[in-house]
Amino acid sequence: MLWKCFKMAINSVISNKMRSLLTMLGIIIGITAVISLVSLMSGLTSEVTDAFEEVGIEAISVTLTDRADTIELPVEHVDELAQKYPDIIKGYSPCVTMPAYIKDGTESITSSATGVNEQYIDLYGYKIEYGRNITYIDVERMQKVCVIGTYIAKELFDGDALGKTLQITGTPYKVVGIIEERSDSEKDSDDDCIYVPYTVAAHTIHSSKISRYIVYATNQETVEAAETLIEQLCEKDIGDDDYYTVIAMKAIAESLTTILDSMGAVLIAIAAISLVVAGIGIMNIMLVSVTERTREIGIRKSLGAKQRDILSQFIMEAGMLSCIGGVIGIMFGSLLAVGAGKLLDMNVLPTPASIVVSFTVSAAIGVFFGFMPAKKAAALNPIDALRYD
Amino acid sequence: MTPLVELKDVYKIYKMGDTSVHALDGISLTIEKGEFVAIVGQSGSGKSTCMNIIGCLDVATKGTYKLNGRKIGNYSQDELAEIRNKMLGFIFQQYNLIPKLTVLENVQLPLLYAGMRESEQRRRALASLERVGLKAKAGNYPSQLSGGQQQRVSIARALAGEPSVILADEPTGALDSRTGREVMMFLQKLNREGNTIILVTHDNSIAARAKRIVRITDGRIVYDGPVEGDVTVMQMHGAGEEAPEDEKAKGAT
Repeated sequence: MLWKCFKMAINSVISNKMRSLLTMLGIIIGITAVISLVSLMSGLTSEVTDAFEEVGIEAISVTLTDRADTIELPVEHVDELAQKYPDIIKGYSPCVTMPAYIKDGTESITSSATGVNEQYIDLYGYKIEYGRNITYIDVERMQKVCVIGTYIAKELFDGDALGKTLQITGTPYKVVGIIEERSDSEKDSDDDCIYVPYTVAAHTIHSSKISRYIVYATNQETVEAAETLIEQLCEKDIGDDDYYTVIAMKAIAESLTTILDSMGAVLIAIAAISLVVAGIGIMNIMLVSVTERTREIGIRKSLGAKQRDILSQFIMEAGMLSCIGGVIGIMFGSLLAVGAGKLLDMNVLPTPASIVVSFTVSAAIGVFFGFMPAKKAAALNPIDALRYD
Repeated sequence: MTPLVELKDVYKIYKMGDTSVHALDGISLTIEKGEFVAIVGQSGSGKSTCMNIIGCLDVATKGTYKLNGRKIGNYSQDELAEIRNKMLGFIFQQYNLIPKLTVLENVQLPLLYAGMRESEQRRRALASLERVGLKAKAGNYPSQLSGGQQQRVSIARALAGEPSVILADEPTGALDSRTGREVMMFLQKLNREGNTIILVTHDNSIAARAKRIVRITDGRIVYDGPVEGDVTVMQMHGAGEEAPEDEKAKGAT
């Protein structure tokens, strides 16, 4: 009986191809929008999360805005804090950026070098592939050594850089380590980097004071505690909070994710409105169909069809329309999402959950909006229905 | 033996504002198994209402109707549907086949609603089509058949459920006279095979093919007896143009 009902519904959908397609269009557009938006938003969110995980969600950056050159957050104080709270602070490093015009023989590149301490590379999760890291001794003695990324190594030394010397803005530095490749050794990528002891960098740019630190909490749970400790230190050392900024990556990540989530919710709500409109379209066409087929309903009733037989026939038909529309919408939406992902160079895939939910919603729309017309059909009086032309 | 169809003082009264219309005004009628009865009347005479009540498409306002000894009282639509499904076979003027279904599927419909297994539905529907000589057309659609063939399909559909009564409402109305005669001959054959047939018509020449005539005028039976005794049938052949269906109002009592 159910199968027969199913077959009748399919027949009816097929025999009115154009009308069925137009009716489905609303659902197709709605579901396409929902699927592609959900996929895009979740792709974007995971992109953002990935970006933060790259840096480390435990990272806290401290920046001094030192216009008058009168304020200072000494390295010793930060070091003291890190020693005192090893459960909360995993490590820290000063970050001193200096412009770098790098030269080796005839080859030359413009890049920038960062002055760091011996913890920096480990904190960021980089791995030294060849040679060694910058050491405490290098920092203390202001050794002119550097650790470089694979892009620099390839550009200047065809990869064989260890032990060689390169010129950074006129000063020779010895390459002591090469960091493992992370992004195809391209320019401006993570592999385009040079690290030198921060003491050397600070000396080079004629600044005795460190204006930026990166501090790592031991884990995601201790980020807030670490942030508080650093803020307290800054308040003590600097006082006026106009002169420093403490930013936890976790907080940024969280607020960004929240923004993305609510943006997604709004977009999906708009798409959902189109689904309601589509449902009304289905109801409309089902009412037309019931009127058109009044005589058929009368015949069926005279032959012994009960109300529920007629009801299930029409609900099945409405459900079929919206389900087919839903499936087409899911396919279009997925294609659109994947296409957009390719265009934006993002990994965008519809989630299984969004597909299941979309299909269920479209089926539910059909049944919900098909119910009223089906009820009307089921309630028809067979005598009147048979007489109907 | 209980009569197959037993109407006792049946009234059908439609209320239209302040006036009430007596479509049936106290009809009593008994039809036994194996009869071939023609209910004849002009349009608006109440013959259609009478057929609707016998066909369980409608219920009487007053009086009792027993079908196969079972009193058809205040049943719900669904209960009436079940009775129609089990006990009645309909043949309509416009054939009333569903155009989107094949001939076989059309004939299967009453069996489908009886909740029969698919294979059994097929078997019976094919057997029924064979009886009307259209087994070969089982896979065709109604639009591919001639009017006479379509009417035979609708007869096959009426026969499929092996009903107690076959109700034919102007079965020749849409056919030319030759095809109409063929259909009537077929109904006569079915009757000889033991089927009870109730024919509703305005056409006296068609009615003359039945064994018994029940003539209805203004909701009352004016003649009930063998064909030979009906003066009108004997005198005027093929009289009566199909006029628009409107029940003649009778003054409220």
